This record gives sequence, structure tokens and C-alpha cells, in this order.
Amino acid sequence: MSSAAAAAARLLPFVALLLATLSACGSAIPPDRRVVEGDPLRGRQLIAGVGCGVCHQIPGVDGANGIVGPSLEGVGRRNLLAGVLPNQPDVLTQWVRDAPSLRPETGMPEMPLSEEEAEDVAAYLYTLR
Amino acid sequence: MGDPFDIVSGIQSVLSPAGPHAAWVAQLSWVMFGAGGLILLLVVVMTALAIFAPAGFRQAVGQRRTVVIGGILFPLVVLAALFLWVLNGSSALVTAGPPGLRVEVVGERWWWRVHYLDPEDRVHMVTANEIRIPTGMPVEFRLRTADVIHSFWVPSLAGKLDMIPGRINSYRFAVDKPGVYRGQCAEYCGEQHAKMAFYVVAMEPAAFEDWYGAQTLPAAEPALASEELGRDVFEANGCGACHTVRGTAADGVIGPDLTHVGSRVSLAAGILPNNRGTLAGWISSAQHIKPGNLMPSFDTLSGPELRALASYLESLK
Repeated sequence: MSSAAAAAARLLPFVALLLATLSACGSAIPPDRRVVEGDPLRGRQLIAGVGCGVCHQIPGVDGANGIVGPSLEGVGRRNLLAGVLPNQPDVLTQWVRDAPSLRPETGMPEMPLSEEEAEDVAAYLYTLR
Repeated sequence: MGDPFDIVSGIQSVLSPAGPHAAWVAQLSWVMFGAGGLILLLVVVMTALAIFAPAGFRQAVGQRRTVVIGGILFPLVVLAALFLWVLNGSSALVTAGPPGLRVEVVGERWWWRVHYLDPEDRVHMVTANEIRIPTGMPVEFRLRTADVIHSFWVPSLAGKLDMIPGRINSYRFAVDKPGVYRGQCAEYCGEQHAKMAFYVVAMEPAAFEDWYGAQTLPAAEPALASEELGRDVFEANGCGACHTVRGTAADGVIGPDLTHVGSRVSLAAGILPNNRGTLAGWISSAQHIKPGNLMPSFDTLSGPELRALASYLESLK
């Protein structure tokens, strides 16, 4: 294989990612406009009640100092969720209630939240900037 | 049931009694605060009079008679009346005959082992960190400790009683209405004393019988593939060396019995809500959440293993 072909092969995943990103551009929402329909205050109560803080550090939630998953400080400004998924409102809303459906390798289980409650939780998380 | 983690609305408060014993404690407290306040007021007024009143009045009050009445007769009468009232009220709460139910609670660092006893004092059913009782009947609590001094206290239901090495202390109390009440260790017992809580769940007698019957059964068989994988992870990691799951090979007695752990309102002795997320978090970081407790952090499990284990435990209703 020529070196040019090898270089092209190495670039292939990045090209695919670029294309995927571009194709998603129409619906992509910039970080400062990421909002969810939910109620952030209710979301914060749900986070405390469900116990998200057992695994995560979450600013504004008493006792939320977990070390199992990542800190959620500044999660509203982060570009990727779980390091792999675009940080978009619909993705985050699905992630908080059913993470394994998006990423089977995750240790984060399905959480006992309705779709509406998941929106509230996502709404609170997007206040963390 | 309400939110068991809402501790400000009275599920753990001497001032919101939920049974006759706690109501009596609350009534005594209010009488003590009220009468104490009145007497304080009286003393303050007398002091002010002693300083500012006209000389004639001060002379009239500053007699031997005032000391005899105010310093001897008044306390004698008030304290004697209180004493008789308290004896009368307390004796009304003492019940003879067999209690409606007998529960042995063993203090451990830092959780509660719960034994439901049969009439011959034998252990009939084992659970942990949650005591369910029927409403409307006196329940006898036999309190022991496995290690240091703990103290058993459910403020909304009764006064506290210590668990002392080498002794069995017992008392009875009743609950009027169904509900969830929070209890707490009330004697400093080491590093995680503050995280040694539990819940008392009071149920209508019929609902209690149903619950009790279900708790005596062996653990449910896994219904889903993920739960079955979880049981494999449980066995492979030696969880059964410390925990019992009746109906399986797991028969450890160091930690809480997990046969029906998914049916409890809390995890880790009343400190976490109970769902598969908190189960996973506790298993993975028990030493971070409650440093010094006997459970290691199982931080070498992969994500899917951890999730499977948590869903298996959650399925143990």
C-alpha cells in the first residue's frame, strides 16, 4: 500500500466524523443556547431524590460528591457526553434516564425517571456552565 | 408513603409524634417548656420589682414568708403535682401481656441488623436497616449490640434506648397511622455514627402480614438475562462471603441480609435512596461514601458488570 493510501486510511475515521458532524449541523444547538423544556428547579429536586450524587459531583446539590462517574460541574458547556456523544438536549435527556441505550459499555444504569422528569434533570444540568 | 428522604416535614421529629408513646413525650415537653417559661417570667418580674419597686413594696416582699412560700412550698407543690401526673400518664402506656410483635435489633458499626422473633424467641426472619411494623398495637423491641454502645431512637415514635454490650434492653411502643419514620443512632459509635440511620415503616396490619409473608420467602429467581448476569457477578466476586441471599449459595453473616434488598426504602443504613443507580454507586465506592465501613469499594468491575449486579440486587424485591 502506498504511503498516501495509508495516510488516507488513517484519516478515514476523522473524515467520517467530520461528515457526521456536518450532517448534524442543521439541528446542532450551540452551547449557550442548549435548553430543555423542563423545569430546572424540579430537576434539582429530582437529582437529590434519585441520588445522582452517589456517583457524581453536582454543584448545587447537597451531598453530591460521588467519585464513580465524572463531575458534572460545567456539563452545560462540555462538547461531548461520556466522551463520545454530542452534548445536545435530546441526547442528554435520553442519557440521564437510559444511558445504556446510547452507550452499552457505560456503568450508568437506567434511572427511575419519566421522560418529563428526565427533561427537568437535563434542564438543571444545562444550568451548570 | 411520602418521600422518605424528606427529613424536615416531621418524619424524624419529637414534635410530630405518630404514636401514643411519642405523643406522651411531646406533651411532657410542651408542659415543661410552658411551665418553665412562666416560672422564668415570674422570677424576672420579681427581680425587677426587687430593684425598681418603691421601698414599701420591697420591704413587704423581702420577708421570711416569701422565701418559705416561693422557695419551698411552691416547688414542693408543683414538683409533686408533676410527679403524680407523670406517673399516672406513664403507667397508662405500659401494657401487660404479649406484645403484637417482637423485633430484635442489633447495632453494628454502622448499620442495624433486624430479627423478627417468634413466640419462643427464635429468629424467624432477618432483614436490615428497615423495620416494618403493624399499626395500632404495641411492638416489643429487644435491643442488643454486636460491638460498641449504640442508641436506638425513632424520635417520632418513642424515646431513645441504648444498646449496651452484654445486655439486652427492651421496650415497647406503638404507631397510630401508617407512614415512614426515620430513626438514627443516638450514641456516638465511631467514624460513621452520623450515617447510621434506619426507617420504621408502619403498615395496616393486613398489609403488614402480606409484606411479612413475602419477606420470609427465598430470593426471587432472575427474570432477565441482565439479572442473571448480575447474579453471576455477585457469585464471582465473593459477595456471598459477607451477605446472605436466601435461596442461593450466598450465606455470609458479616453484612446485611440482601434476600429482599430491592424492597427496602433506603440503602447503606438509611443514607441513600434505593434504586439501581444508587446500588451501583454504593457497590463501586462504598469506602468513599462511608469510609471505614466493612464493605470494600468494588471498583474493578466493568460498567456492564456493575449495571448487571445492580439490576440483580434491585430485582430482589
